[in-house]
Amino acid sequence: MGASDRRLQLYRMHRGGGDAADRIRMAVRYAVMVLVALFMLGPFAWLLYLSVRMQGNIYSWPADWGEFSLNSYAVVWQNFPIGSAFRNSILVALGQVVLVVLVASLAAYPLARYDFYGRDTTFLLILSTLMVPFQLYLIPLYVFVTKTLQLNNSLIGVVLPFGCSVFGIYLIRQFYATVPRDMEEAARVDGAGEFRVWWQVMLPLTKPAVATLAVFTLVASWSNFLWPLIILQDEAKWTLPVALATLTGAFVDRISYLAAGSVIAIAPVIVFFLVLQRWFLGGMTVGAVKG
Amino acid sequence: MARLGTKWRYTGLAYLFLAPALLLLITFVLYPVMQGFRLSFFQYDPYTQSGEYLGLENYRRMWSDPEFRVALLNSFRYLIVVPIIIVLSLALAVLVEPLIPGIHFFRAAYYIPVVTTMVVVGITWRFIFSEDDGLLNMLLSRWGVIESAIPWMTNHRLVLGTVMMVTIWKGLGYYMVVFIAALRSIPVELIEAAIVDGARPRQLFWRVKLPLLWPAITLVGVISSISALQVFDEIFVMTGGKIREAITLVYYIYETGFDAKIGPQDYGYASAMSVVLFLILVAFTALNLFLMKRGGYGGE
Repeated sequence: MGASDRRLQLYRMHRGGGDAADRIRMAVRYAVMVLVALFMLGPFAWLLYLSVRMQGNIYSWPADWGEFSLNSYAVVWQNFPIGSAFRNSILVALGQVVLVVLVASLAAYPLARYDFYGRDTTFLLILSTLMVPFQLYLIPLYVFVTKTLQLNNSLIGVVLPFGCSVFGIYLIRQFYATVPRDMEEAARVDGAGEFRVWWQVMLPLTKPAVATLAVFTLVASWSNFLWPLIILQDEAKWTLPVALATLTGAFVDRISYLAAGSVIAIAPVIVFFLVLQRWFLGGMTVGAVKG
Repeated sequence: MARLGTKWRYTGLAYLFLAPALLLLITFVLYPVMQGFRLSFFQYDPYTQSGEYLGLENYRRMWSDPEFRVALLNSFRYLIVVPIIIVLSLALAVLVEPLIPGIHFFRAAYYIPVVTTMVVVGITWRFIFSEDDGLLNMLLSRWGVIESAIPWMTNHRLVLGTVMMVTIWKGLGYYMVVFIAALRSIPVELIEAAIVDGARPRQLFWRVKLPLLWPAITLVGVISSISALQVFDEIFVMTGGKIREAITLVYYIYETGFDAKIGPQDYGYASAMSVVLFLILVAFTALNLFLMKRGGYGGE
């Protein structure tokens, strides 16, 4: 990729290289792209507008400056469990990322590097769980986590069942396989134990895979809805999606409150995406299972 | 002998590294899966944690349950989104594949719905589709397109289509990235050769690129159909299950198992329905893999 992209040159050449018809075609392409962007981003603009437009007819236009206010954000943050849900969502997302990355990187190492008894069987067993839909074991999982482990209304109970990411193990294993073996051997000759070889040699070398896994885990965790919905009954433990969905009824008379709560819920993840977009759009995750 | 000893040593080490993953997988996936199959043959009481064996009764019950039939049918109807997603996301990928100025902005813009929490997506589109004060009806009536408000989310014939539209809108960017990666992995030499041979832009796409995209198309088909059959969040947030003609299988499972509003929770029946869903998904994945293999080897 980059400025001297061969595909782009080919594309230009093939289209006839800068004559009038070509310029029109390019203009049409940009026009279509802008229209699609409006369709993709328009709803967010509407959400923002609703969140700052105070009561009255939201469709009366032009509106006075006085009809706009950030007040709904303050009200929602203080009077509804959005502030605590925000904190809970951050805790859950960070905990999930750390757990998933550590567990997957650890598991991927021997699968990529060691010759050991049961390797292929273990790997197949791990992969086969990809086929199982969450709903199949949702109910027994619920019974197990809440009754046996007593983790209802606990953020740990939200995170723990999703601690082993099969996609993550697969992704990082692929990456480990590309690391030259000399580097491990050098560390072993220097007297490093196996755990240190993994921690000081392998893990730092697979940053792109770890970063990709981390960003996808974070977004999936931030959006996770069904599981937190059923195990968190205590308002103080709600995550953002649960708080928003559950409070929809209570909010209904003030559209701006619900809109402001929604903006609060998605702002962090959108900023996060915009900052780290190359990890999302890199295409390394082809086949990543959507959360 | 020494080598064998090494292998044993590495076996021990390997399972040490694998222990956290296997422990989590066994505790939170494999064990509950077994329990799920077992529960589906029981009438389970969550309070006393005791069950009464029913044999196949829960499965028989599905046959005579009209709500289950509606939910199952709707889950299959939801598959309509799959071809639409394939065509539109491939078109988007073709649109933003060349690295022309500003292209990264557009790619990012199309991807933003993907990272947005589904609950918020549902709320946002409800503001747009709402019958009385939604943006869409307001615009349509102001432009004189319609005379009376369209009940996008309350009419039982419309609501599923409305929710599908939201699913498509949210997913397009994700599948677009899959197709961009596939398009960019087509060898430049191949495209060059086709151009030298006199292929026009349209022929280049239909005759050269499209056949090579078959694996990506199948992949997108598999992923999007599996998630279509499992649709839940959208239905929950946009309809709240109030439109009984528009419930889906996972929504019905959730309701049967967890929604105290509609009566006693019935884990056994919900588990039996989950098993049916699992079998459908396995059959679907197998069918897709079969198609992928045929496409991969038969397409040249």
